[in-house]
Amino acid sequence: MKLLVCISKAPDTTAKIAFTDGNTKFDENGVQFIVNPYDEWYALVRALELTEANGGTVTTITVGTNSDDPTIRKALAIGATDAVRIDAVPKDAYYVANQIASYAKIHGYDIVMTGKETINYNGAQVGAMIAEILDQPFVSLATKLDLQENTATLERDVSGGVEIVEVSTPFVLSAAKGMSEQRIPNMRGIMAARTKPLQVIEPVASEELTSVVSYSMPDSKAACKYVDAENAEELIHLLHTEAKVI
Amino acid sequence: MSVLVFVESKNGKAVKAGLEAISYGKRIGDTTVITFGSASTEDLAAMGKYGAAKVLVCRSINEVNDQQLTKLIAAAVDDTNAETIVLAQDPTGKAIGPRVAARLGAGHVSSAVDIPDTSNNGFVVKTNVFSGKAFAHVAVNTAKKVIAYTPNSLPVNSEESTAEVMEFSPDVNTGGITVKERKLQEGSVAPLPEAELVVSAGRGLKGPENWGIVEDLANSLGATTACSRPVADIGWRPHHEHVGQTGIAIRPNLYIAAGISGAIQHLAGVNGSKTIVVINTDPEAPFFKAADYGIIGDAFEVLPKLTEAIKKFKASNN
Repeated sequence: MKLLVCISKAPDTTAKIAFTDGNTKFDENGVQFIVNPYDEWYALVRALELTEANGGTVTTITVGTNSDDPTIRKALAIGATDAVRIDAVPKDAYYVANQIASYAKIHGYDIVMTGKETINYNGAQVGAMIAEILDQPFVSLATKLDLQENTATLERDVSGGVEIVEVSTPFVLSAAKGMSEQRIPNMRGIMAARTKPLQVIEPVASEELTSVVSYSMPDSKAACKYVDAENAEELIHLLHTEAKVI
Repeated sequence: MSVLVFVESKNGKAVKAGLEAISYGKRIGDTTVITFGSASTEDLAAMGKYGAAKVLVCRSINEVNDQQLTKLIAAAVDDTNAETIVLAQDPTGKAIGPRVAARLGAGHVSSAVDIPDTSNNGFVVKTNVFSGKAFAHVAVNTAKKVIAYTPNSLPVNSEESTAEVMEFSPDVNTGGITVKERKLQEGSVAPLPEAELVVSAGRGLKGPENWGIVEDLANSLGATTACSRPVADIGWRPHHEHVGQTGIAIRPNLYIAAGISGAIQHLAGVNGSKTIVVINTDPEAPFFKAADYGIIGDAFEVLPKLTEAIKKFKASNN
């Protein structure tokens, strides 16, 4: 079994969000980068569990510069077999999807796995785009994955509930909470990761279909209005007449 | 500008997020809807109220299959010459929007919270990023554009109008995914991502056996219940109730949080809410900084009082 897991770096969940260069760039100053939690906790760990049970390899793939290498090494320390980095600044979701799909097309994988979204851009686009370029089915928001030979049974989130679906390999999925539990790399994994192959390859030509013009911050909230704990009616009154939400 | 809006149909009814997407499309231009399933022609014509001039319906598709629906939408784009394609940013929209964009070679913007700014011949869409902690203004550089609209970001259109309904049956082949079983939540309240009113609780409730007071308040309001991450992780509440950065992000009109301190990861999932009410015994709880209204007090005392007050309020308003 050959699995390809898409890994992206993301600012730590507690990072302060600020912008520089006239609000056109994310301010990386003092920001700790981590493997995007959905990619790591759910897609990567489930891929490892499947190959541990059935044999096979887990390759991670990243579109990024050498500043991504520490997070790629983290994924290798958790247990991935090897890693590929496509040496380019990720311009937009289609650019990233096109790079990954081009690589996957040549090498052929049973399942291409992504996290459901990154916690910085929250686009939730790359997985579905890879599937379309590869002309494969896409199971989005998968929360469970089991494999019998070439048939996968998955549970996925849909609005208002869950669906159990069946699909044959090859296919693409995006992983959401429930797939697996976070794994902390041990010392042996960290040591082994240093010598695992990290192949750096050149990008294919691809257009930039969208571009971020600028960033802005939400309006800051007015100060909290406190209501006495004994006076529940007062709160209901405010919600009705002032906030107008009930 | 010609706009095509994809509306999902579930059990013969259009989903609410889809109707909101029609409203959004109408703000951009002349709107045609593409939908599927067994909804009655009357129900489909009623989409005119939200701004649809025309509704194309494919009767041979009855469930969400990403490959079939992508082909259906692409065929409708050809048929209507639409320049902008709109979907709701919900589980179905996330599965299909990017596929449609890749198929059409169109730029895709997800989590849109406002209509495109087309000044200076541009096309720039404001979107939620960093889990709602910031906005990105994204320019689409292609002739065709695909936008996934975040529900509950703009007021819903309402006009006295009915849409023209037409059957639409392009060749959509089969898709690779087979749905074996569907487990939808029971009950009449809206699922979390669509809910306008949400009552949420955290570790301050001390145990799953105490959730009765949370549910009582939710029932009295007609609200949906939610919870914080630790509560879902220790199994007090189901995972699908977990709101926050690694759970689901919601933006209801009213979010009431009891016994949740308001860690930055939790705030990231709820700070799009129009009004936030925080109930906590700790006056220093960080959540109060993000709240519109706060009650410093014990959830075990405050929640039942709120439930009583809501009941009284509802009785006097009927």
